[in-house]
Amino acid sequence: MRRPLWILAVLLSHWRRHPMQLATLLIGLISATALWSGVQALNQQARIAYDRAAATFGGSRTAVLVSKDSATFPQQLFVDLRRAGWPVSPMLEGRVQIDGRSFRLLGVEPVTLPSEVGNAPAVGRGSLQSFVTPPGEMLVAGETLRDLGLREGERPQANGTSLPPLRLQAELAPGALVVDIGIAQDILKMPGQVSRLLVGKSKAPHATLESVAGEKLRLVEPSAESDLERLTDSFHLNLTAFGLLSFFVGLFIVNSAIGLAFEQRLPMLRTLRACGVSARMLNTVLVIELVSLALVAGLIGLVCGYFIAAALLPDVAASLRGLYGAQIPGQLSLKPVWWFAGIAISILGALAAAAASLAKAIRMPVLATAQPQAWQHAQRRWLIFQSATALAVFAVAAVLIQFGDSLIAGFAVLAALMLGAALILPMVLQIALAIGQRSARAPVGIWFWADSRQQLSGLSLALMALLLALAVNVGVGTMVESFSRTFLVWLDGRLAADIYISAASDTQAKEIKAWLRDRPEVDAILPGGRADTQLGGAPIEVLGLPDHTTYRDNWPLLESTANAWVRLRPGDTCLVSEQLSRRMKLAIGDHIEVPAPGGSWPLEIVGIYADYGNPKGQIAVNFAALTRRFPQTPQTRLGLRVAPDRIPALIAALQEKFGLDDRNIADQATMKRESKRVFNRTFSVTAALNAFTLGVAGIALLTSLLTLANSRLPQLAPLWAIGLTRRRLAALELLKTMAVALITALFALPLGLLVAWCLLAIVNVKAFGWRLPFQVFPLQLIELLAVAMAAALCAAALPVARLARMQPATLIRTFVNER
Amino acid sequence: MNASRTITRRAFAGGALALAMGRKSFAQGFAGLGETAEGFAAVTPGKPFAFPADHGPHPEFRIEWWYVTANLSDTSGAAYGAQWTLFRQAIKPGGPAEGWANQQLWMGHAAVTSAATHRFGETFARGGIGQAGVEAVPFRAWIDAWEIRGLDAFDPQRVAPLELKASAADFSTALRLDAEHPLVLQGDHGYSRKSDRGQASYYYSQPFYQASGRIVIDNKPVDVTGMAWMDREWSSQPLAADQTGWDWFSLHLPGDEKLMLYRLRQKDGRENLFGNWITPDGRSAEIAAAGNSITPITSSEIGGRKLPTSWRVNLPARGLAIETTPLNPKSWMGTSFPYWEGPIRFSGSHAGLGYLEMTGY
Amino acid sequence: MLRVTGLTKSYRSAGEDVAVLRGVDLAVATGESVALTGESGSGKSTLLHLIAGLDAADSGEIALADSVVSRLNDAGRAELRRDRLGLVFQQFNLIPSLTVADNLVFQSRIAGRHDAAWLDELVERLGLKNFLRRYPEQLSGGQQQRVAIGRALAPKPLLLLADEPTGNLDEDTADEVLRLARDLVVRTGCGFLMVTHSARLAATLDRQVNLHAGVIA
Repeated sequence: MRRPLWILAVLLSHWRRHPMQLATLLIGLISATALWSGVQALNQQARIAYDRAAATFGGSRTAVLVSKDSATFPQQLFVDLRRAGWPVSPMLEGRVQIDGRSFRLLGVEPVTLPSEVGNAPAVGRGSLQSFVTPPGEMLVAGETLRDLGLREGERPQANGTSLPPLRLQAELAPGALVVDIGIAQDILKMPGQVSRLLVGKSKAPHATLESVAGEKLRLVEPSAESDLERLTDSFHLNLTAFGLLSFFVGLFIVNSAIGLAFEQRLPMLRTLRACGVSARMLNTVLVIELVSLALVAGLIGLVCGYFIAAALLPDVAASLRGLYGAQIPGQLSLKPVWWFAGIAISILGALAAAAASLAKAIRMPVLATAQPQAWQHAQRRWLIFQSATALAVFAVAAVLIQFGDSLIAGFAVLAALMLGAALILPMVLQIALAIGQRSARAPVGIWFWADSRQQLSGLSLALMALLLALAVNVGVGTMVESFSRTFLVWLDGRLAADIYISAASDTQAKEIKAWLRDRPEVDAILPGGRADTQLGGAPIEVLGLPDHTTYRDNWPLLESTANAWVRLRPGDTCLVSEQLSRRMKLAIGDHIEVPAPGGSWPLEIVGIYADYGNPKGQIAVNFAALTRRFPQTPQTRLGLRVAPDRIPALIAALQEKFGLDDRNIADQATMKRESKRVFNRTFSVTAALNAFTLGVAGIALLTSLLTLANSRLPQLAPLWAIGLTRRRLAALELLKTMAVALITALFALPLGLLVAWCLLAIVNVKAFGWRLPFQVFPLQLIELLAVAMAAALCAAALPVARLARMQPATLIRTFVNER
Repeated sequence: MNASRTITRRAFAGGALALAMGRKSFAQGFAGLGETAEGFAAVTPGKPFAFPADHGPHPEFRIEWWYVTANLSDTSGAAYGAQWTLFRQAIKPGGPAEGWANQQLWMGHAAVTSAATHRFGETFARGGIGQAGVEAVPFRAWIDAWEIRGLDAFDPQRVAPLELKASAADFSTALRLDAEHPLVLQGDHGYSRKSDRGQASYYYSQPFYQASGRIVIDNKPVDVTGMAWMDREWSSQPLAADQTGWDWFSLHLPGDEKLMLYRLRQKDGRENLFGNWITPDGRSAEIAAAGNSITPITSSEIGGRKLPTSWRVNLPARGLAIETTPLNPKSWMGTSFPYWEGPIRFSGSHAGLGYLEMTGY
Repeated sequence: MLRVTGLTKSYRSAGEDVAVLRGVDLAVATGESVALTGESGSGKSTLLHLIAGLDAADSGEIALADSVVSRLNDAGRAELRRDRLGLVFQQFNLIPSLTVADNLVFQSRIAGRHDAAWLDELVERLGLKNFLRRYPEQLSGGQQQRVAIGRALAPKPLLLLADEPTGNLDEDTADEVLRLARDLVVRTGCGFLMVTHSARLAATLDRQVNLHAGVIA
């Protein structure tokens, strides 16, 4: 046991003498692990929240029976099915407005609720009696309690009636209000109606569904994924892709550090073999050394990853809430498996990054055979091989663009593009530098280009990292900017009213309308409302739009028939959102059947509109038709057209008269500001990860240059000896680094635009259901170029400064000591 | 999850129901066993019973049950037992409310027992919507797909003929019950005293059923015949606060005589013995506590606890001295509120079959 | 103690086999010091490497004490080098990241044959006392080779093998280093086989053998 320890001590002594190399290796591993596990922590956190939601709602994890053609159905079907042996439990779902905000109300039946429904069929610490008998209890998560600004036992008001007293139930998903089904029927004014029946797993014999319910109900089998998981898949895939990218950039650093260290340690390894260490023992100890380093780095990386995740969590939560309505708690809670996975990924990453070096060490002959020329030859061959691989990878990308039709394919195209570009980068640089060399006249100039080329092999990995980081930055930046512009234009059209009111109840809305009718400055009152139903098994929203010129003139339509707005009036046509049209492959002229309380509602599609940021499919119909078909639709939302100069006064008057606060009334500017804020937060995570990736690439460049700096002394010393000052040498070195960085950055720009195109035309369409116009923003590109050069400057500055201040003796020694 | 703060449906539904689930709930550990009957109707001596009306529910009382046990055997003589029970509990006093606001909770238990296996099931329902209930005319008691139903020519005095059905994942029962003798009133003309402090219930039985039908255990059907016994009991406060559990026997004696006998255990270790001796002509005589005894002989380990499964019963005045043994000592009802209930046989001065129930262990 | 019989070895070079050793027979007795001479390319280094188990022979047998080197696998040959041989090279082959003190002990440490008193004596005799905390790059060539000799002898090997140990040293230093090596070999009683092209240095050893055209002349 002592022997391997001694060998390990000898191996480790290398790092003591080369702390910078060790730092590089550790930084690479730490940043790889940190970013990867940070992203995983975020994903895991979200998944826990989805589980919680799924558990609360008995979501798609449980088989359910739903109506074939309507949103709800009579509870007698529940009784009939129970009497026929079905282990079903009824549930009624709806929305209630509290203080102008919409909450999901769930009516459950605690006595029949299957025990397998999620992990929290918990229904209150109170007794059954207080839950089921009026006024009942309303169970909410702590977050919801805080949102409402109420304490346990208090009774929120909705639409003029008192809801049941609140009871805290920590396991519930935030935003959900859970009451007894009987109480839910009262609140939602749906006596005797249920939305669905949860089917328990009990295997007791029962009659067939058809023999009990005829054709009225449909069994929806449980799926492994919850609705939220399906919806948010794209978002998490996005995060994962970023985590993966950062991980690989980190591994680039590890790879170059390990490669250099092995190269430098080859004589040491030979000596160890000569002194009687067997090949097997040496390789074992090399792996042990690597794993120990990875373990240390992995632990530090995990801690960093934790902090990264904690820092990003609020933005991720905001994005998920904004995009999908998914509620993620702001407190990070991690499972033990996260820690193990993080350590494992660090070790696997280190082994992967060191694979080539380890293989070399294993195959190393004890007797050195020095063949420097052959090495150069090998490098040329390698360069050609690498470029050929790059072309093959590009070909794969082209095939994927042509035939791929999924989000995964979209990301695969992106990955292939980046991998190919990274692989071909050394060739691109070779060619660019060769051209430079040919055009140079002065001897120092020729040396400048030639030496840059020689330096390439040592720098190429770091430059690849820089290329990838820059390209992703360009791509994501362009996408976000494209989205941002499109979104703002769209928002202008969507928010056409001047004042938005959300009344506390239908009664108050009626009072407000009556009051407004006598106000001369109000040009128009535009009532609005929405109902929830489903189409093809997925939930959709039905939006009611009043027939008014405000909508006809401003509401942005992507495609429509000639007289779409006029055709909307009778209530037999609709507009569909872009997402829905893509998901269900709906086009203008198609017919759909929308389940409504009174039965199926046939509609013809006369237009398609953009509905950015909405995870649910949506259709828009005439408002009057909506209230006819969905009589329970709350009519509490109003838009007002008002002369601009009278807006503040009118808002003040409304607030005074009806006791409305900022949450119930807002002018157009405020609404836009809010929307933009939500929008910006949505992309702040992307921006943060983007910055991290660029930072890691900067570190890669810095560490590569630092490790190169020492080995480059023999090349620089002769120039110093023939009369170039150290300052001049340092300046040349700096210039060389900047030159290769600039070439890399220039190569990154078109690649980045290609990435942006992929994101807009493939990934976004698959992930969100909308396609945005592709635009190029030159200013943004120039800005990024500047950032890249600044990063290269920072990275090169330290080794160059060291060179400029180097003692002549150190340079002299290269002549004496050169082996 | 904090167990003391949140109660799952099972615990709370079971717990809430167990508050007053009659003879099942004389268990230790449940607070408010002898919960006050305030707001509910009181049980007083001298009530005139009226049938078929009294076969139906009495919602003004807090708790009530319809309870059938059967001692069965197949053609080869192998013995089986079957149990079918429907419990009603009002969680709040007051006239029955409509729909989901109804205060009645229902709980069904069913079981089949052979010498080798014991299978049981339970189910819950809210009143007011039709998932469970009892109707006197025509007689029908049901919860989910489990049901006891009066057949054509149903005679309210004999509570017969009846059809009984229950099924769960691993067993089912379908029996036809017929009786030649009328039902009998237990206790003092149907007034069954449970303590010296006023706790009592209304209690009548039909112990004379002849049963035939089919039971299925683990998908293996068996045609069976035998004897069955129905108990009907309702009350608002059946137990005193210090009564912890009971041991209850229903015995089919030779010559078509029946014996109902139970022992109520108290916290202080004292016990009270009650019972009725029923002759084929329908006379039911109360058994005095003095001089009579029910004593455990051997115990078995079941469901993580120790229960007496063999008993000695001595009624010197009646010349009865028997020992009982269970058909299957593992007749444990592992329901939300667990207890032991299973078929027994007895020998000694008299020999025959019966049912034993033990709660509060 | 060392017995080499009928050893042959050829290398593939430019598409044809070049026979370097064509049946070498050689013996070194305990306590004997032997100089192996021969012109460049005569195969003397190859012979030394084969004896050290750094490379495998085509045919023939190398026996060191009770073990037959040519029959051992890699692990066995490594064990042999570790426990029974001391190796000294022209390039010193010290470990640059270890101090002189650590370089001196590491072979005896991994061999599990560390002897503090013997090491003290080695340090004393090799005159390394003042350099123990230095790194190899801070030493002169002669000093480095003295460390290498110390490292090779620290585990008290049966046989010290040296491949042009003074090739990188000036004449005076070479004489000094070789004298120290000879003294220590005598002190430990091990065998000593040194490859050298210098007839002058070869003459200082007990016996000289000349390798010519792949056989011992």
